[in-house]
Amino acid sequence: MKKYNKFTFYRRKATNVVMLSLSLISALVTIIPLVLIFYYTISKGIAYLNINFFTKLPTPVGEPGGGMVNAIVGTLILIGIGGAIGIPVGILSGTYLSEFGKNKFGATVRFLTDVLSGVPSIVVGVVAYTLVVIPMKHFSALAGGVALAILMIPTITRTTEEMIKLVPHSYREAGLALGIPKWKTSILIVLKTAWKGIATGILLGLARAAGETAPLLFTALDNRFWSTNVFQPIASLTVYIYQYASSPYKDWNDQAWTAALVLILLISVFSLIFRIITRSKYKT
Amino acid sequence: MKINEQIETPAIVEEKIQKKMANKILVADLCSYFGKAKIIKNISLEIPEKKVVAIIGPSGCGKSTFLRSINRMHEVVGGTITGQILLDGEDIMKLDPVYLRRKVGMVFQKPNPFPTMSIFNNVVAGLKLNGFRNKKALTEIVERSLKQAALWDEVKDNLNDSGANISGGQQQRLCIARTIAINPEVILMDEPASALDPISTAKIEELIFELKKDFTIVIVTHNMQQAARVSDYTAFFYMGELVEFSDTKKMFTAPDKKQTEDYITGRFG
Repeated sequence: MKKYNKFTFYRRKATNVVMLSLSLISALVTIIPLVLIFYYTISKGIAYLNINFFTKLPTPVGEPGGGMVNAIVGTLILIGIGGAIGIPVGILSGTYLSEFGKNKFGATVRFLTDVLSGVPSIVVGVVAYTLVVIPMKHFSALAGGVALAILMIPTITRTTEEMIKLVPHSYREAGLALGIPKWKTSILIVLKTAWKGIATGILLGLARAAGETAPLLFTALDNRFWSTNVFQPIASLTVYIYQYASSPYKDWNDQAWTAALVLILLISVFSLIFRIITRSKYKT
Repeated sequence: MKINEQIETPAIVEEKIQKKMANKILVADLCSYFGKAKIIKNISLEIPEKKVVAIIGPSGCGKSTFLRSINRMHEVVGGTITGQILLDGEDIMKLDPVYLRRKVGMVFQKPNPFPTMSIFNNVVAGLKLNGFRNKKALTEIVERSLKQAALWDEVKDNLNDSGANISGGQQQRLCIARTIAINPEVILMDEPASALDPISTAKIEELIFELKKDFTIVIVTHNMQQAARVSDYTAFFYMGELVEFSDTKKMFTAPDKKQTEDYITGRFG
């Protein structure tokens, strides 16, 4: 037997302390940008955060007051359209990939989905421009929604697939052995079991879409007025942030910070509501 | 050994069907494959109605594959079969697998209640997911099935709790209740007690004894004492072949084959 070596023991302890400190520092570095973002948006954006911001339309340059109600509603409409297209397509294609996609077609779809998730969002905007804006001959909320849907789909598809793969095979067998057809087993048992993870994927997709600016410039464009018509250009928080922040006017710059703060709040509230809705009755 | 001698060839099977002499399940010249690997080699046997047939044999002898061939779960994992399996004289390969599995239920080795469903919904999963929605009838079925599975007294006050939060033995009885809720004719059990403690095992065995009044049961087991306790007939499989099939009492007291005797006395396997 090897003799007990005191030196080895201390060396191991020292290594442990060093590695632990390194991990801790890295973890801190990870959250610093997030803390800074919150700090700056809150401290700079709080000035204009009042009831007017949520109820009034933007005012012309130089005229004080005004809000961004059209942009807030516009962002919600754009996410709504994007989600209405992107969520079902994403979930169903993810289900297909994991349950039926063990073939060449499945592998191709999987590969292309991964490629799609890496396509720059501005390119997706150009695609939506070609597909929707050109045939309609004008910019519209619908085109913006389509662009956002294309951006959401890869995230939702891949999360759904991975989450479904985590569901033990025994649940599928139990369903099939009860005389439940395969498609029903897939949707009502397997998908339901994986639902919590899929919901996280949907949330990630929606949050990403809500924060996009580039694809909207080509599609939803902008609107200074109140509009909920999906066939007309529509305002959105991100486009307003872009315009207001790059403008030479001080009060517009300040409002851009507020818009950013509202966008962050919107996404946070959204994820909170989503968590509550999808909270399962049982611990799984 | 009588049961075994009567069947062998497809010709005899045909004759039996015509004379309506066929038993509940009749397996003729069955071979089951995974790809090119032949797991079950030319097995023929008959399973009489409302009896318990135990299948014993060492690991890897094809017991589970045989069982899963009967309700066509074998093909779910990519297996194929040749030969014939008849349920009430009908070739199962000509039946719709979904329909077949409603007649031939299955209980798995590891309890697998659906974790997202309550105990109530677990029991009636097979009915509810197939569109049966009459609340009053479902309530009755839940009570009846849980009583039949000897679980009612333990869970009757917590029917809305998760099906995954009860003990392993209770989960397995829940799976049995779920299986009998769709009112099958045959229940296949794949080592239903191997993951359970002795008390739960005893409960499952008692349950099997009760269930055979209403159902035909085929049970795969590693535990020879269990086979001796619960079954009417026993089949001994070895390397994918049927070595011996006879009355359980005879099997465990005076088996015909030397190999069977060696196995049940623990000399190999």
